[in-house]
Amino acid sequence: MTQKSVIEVSHLYKAYQTAAGPFPVLKDVNLRINQGEYVAIMGPSGSGKSTFMNILGCLDMPTSGTYVLDGHAVAGMEANAVAGVRNQTIGFVFQGFNLLARSSLLDNVALPLVYSRIEKAERHARAKVLLEKVGLGRHLHSHPNQISGGQQQRVAIARALVNNPRLILADEPTGNLDSVTSEEIMALFGQLNKEGITIVLVTHEHDIADHAKRQVRFLDGEIVQDTLSAAVPVDGVAQ
Amino acid sequence: MFSAMLGEAWHAMGANRLRTFLTMLGMVIGVGAVVLMMAIGQGAEASVKRSISAMGSNLFVVLSGPPRVAGVRSATGNAPSLNVKDADAIAELNDVAGVAPVTMGKAQIVYASNNWNTDIIGTTPSYFDVRSWSVTAGYAFSDSDVRSATRVALVGKTVVQNVFGDDVDPVGQTIRINQRPFVVLGVLATKGQTLDGRDQDDTIIVPLTTAQRKLFGNQLPGSVRQIIVQASSDKVMGMVEEAMNGLLNQRHNIREGTDSDFSVRNLTAIANSAAETARTMSLLLGAIASVSLLVGGIGIMNIMLVSVTERTREIGIRMAIGARERDILLQFLLEAVMISIVGCLIGIVIGVGGAILVNFLTQAEIIVSTDSMLIAFSVAATIGIFFGFYPARKAAKLNPIEALRYQ
Repeated sequence: MTQKSVIEVSHLYKAYQTAAGPFPVLKDVNLRINQGEYVAIMGPSGSGKSTFMNILGCLDMPTSGTYVLDGHAVAGMEANAVAGVRNQTIGFVFQGFNLLARSSLLDNVALPLVYSRIEKAERHARAKVLLEKVGLGRHLHSHPNQISGGQQQRVAIARALVNNPRLILADEPTGNLDSVTSEEIMALFGQLNKEGITIVLVTHEHDIADHAKRQVRFLDGEIVQDTLSAAVPVDGVAQ
Repeated sequence: MFSAMLGEAWHAMGANRLRTFLTMLGMVIGVGAVVLMMAIGQGAEASVKRSISAMGSNLFVVLSGPPRVAGVRSATGNAPSLNVKDADAIAELNDVAGVAPVTMGKAQIVYASNNWNTDIIGTTPSYFDVRSWSVTAGYAFSDSDVRSATRVALVGKTVVQNVFGDDVDPVGQTIRINQRPFVVLGVLATKGQTLDGRDQDDTIIVPLTTAQRKLFGNQLPGSVRQIIVQASSDKVMGMVEEAMNGLLNQRHNIREGTDSDFSVRNLTAIANSAAETARTMSLLLGAIASVSLLVGGIGIMNIMLVSVTERTREIGIRMAIGARERDILLQFLLEAVMISIVGCLIGIVIGVGGAILVNFLTQAEIIVSTDSMLIAFSVAATIGIFFGFYPARKAAKLNPIEALRYQ
């Protein structure tokens, strides 16, 4: 296995403090995701998949274990550096789109670049290119409430892409969309993956998960299944 | 980066206009009140100061009396116990810069068909130095006029207006004072009102001897009502006062333990206490107005806390896409400061407008200084930062996961 890994977690353990003592959510999770992979993370509510996604997204820190993202150990980084990682290395796509209602689509997409200290002209130029790429080139100055849910999710994807991240983390990206729109969004993810971007998405819908090349299933804080889609053979699989 | 944040703060302010306006109103009223109160206070202070400098600096007035007739004391200044020789003796004392003996009274004056009743001051040329009073047209009388008791007069502005009108140049004209003809030598510079509001320009000044012999005769030769003494600096005023008391007691044969037949008053001390009162008043007004600034600041803090709670999700999104703690802190701080600064600018406009209105309605003197605006501005900015900091920090310290989940 010579391929470069984007995500490498080993012996990841996460517990929340409750009145009854520490409650373990993740128990000894090991996972390696290589560059260019397209992974669906599945599992019922309470299986720990959301916590795992939060840790992958550097929004949360593990209680113990290591997480190496793009060659850098994340645990132990100071807060500003972690913010930098979220800004530069990861692109987030959420179930609820999470656009800023008061800002135009262009400003929404350009927002991560504000935190990268990039000049306004370049911010807008890059945001415009991406909005055109997701098919919203004619809505640059519209506001999120003026477009459909599917279009909003496209804007969110454009925002996730604007800093050329190594990794896209999508948390139930089609959860608020109808099936036709969902297919369009998944097609967009498929296209991005073909362009070489690593995608990890959380879903509990099998037909959505089927778009991914690899399915990882969580149950009670552990990975219970890690399979490749039969239809899409891939190289570079951990385990 | 910073300009992007400024733009966002501006948008955030515009997002809920009524709320922003009401929050700002606290600052507007606070700053407006401070600017207005300082304008009024400084105006009062300045008018007091002007009265003082018009009076002349480091002044004493020595009054004759109080006379005692069969054990009954009457008003000071009534008995002719001081005379020109006393003035000459005081002039010999150390640290005395000038001495002007004065006698005064009321007289009816007539010019052509106009007549007027005014104060007549009889004195020596040193009076003009001591009172720092100058002559704007014509010239002042000299010591030789005093020696020969010439009938010359210097007239104040109010007298000029009432007797000569606008068309006549008073210099060289002859007026009648108590029926006697006097030649007008010059016009006195405008002096304004005394601290108690008396018009000092309603005055005619004549040579001392002329007043004594030709206007208010029938007095002991050489007697004067008062002597105005100027000390060389405010540091020596105590010493000069003591020396004068000693000298006059000696000259008037006053034994220790008996009442003097004169009294020495420190005019500058009286004036300074008036100035001090005005200054205290101005400070007090400013302090009261500042309380409303504080209340305005608390209003900003309150609304910023509400805003942080409302925008929790937005903060979560920003953090997820890479905002650092200090980016969030700066964003909310900027919003608070912007509200307070815009409020402050409006407040300054309203404060200045109010001051102009007060001036228009009451004719009271007002001074709108750039200082007071700068103070109000920096106080407003400080209040914005101070009261904005806690909500901004609260926003910056939010947990991104919880913030994203917030509905």
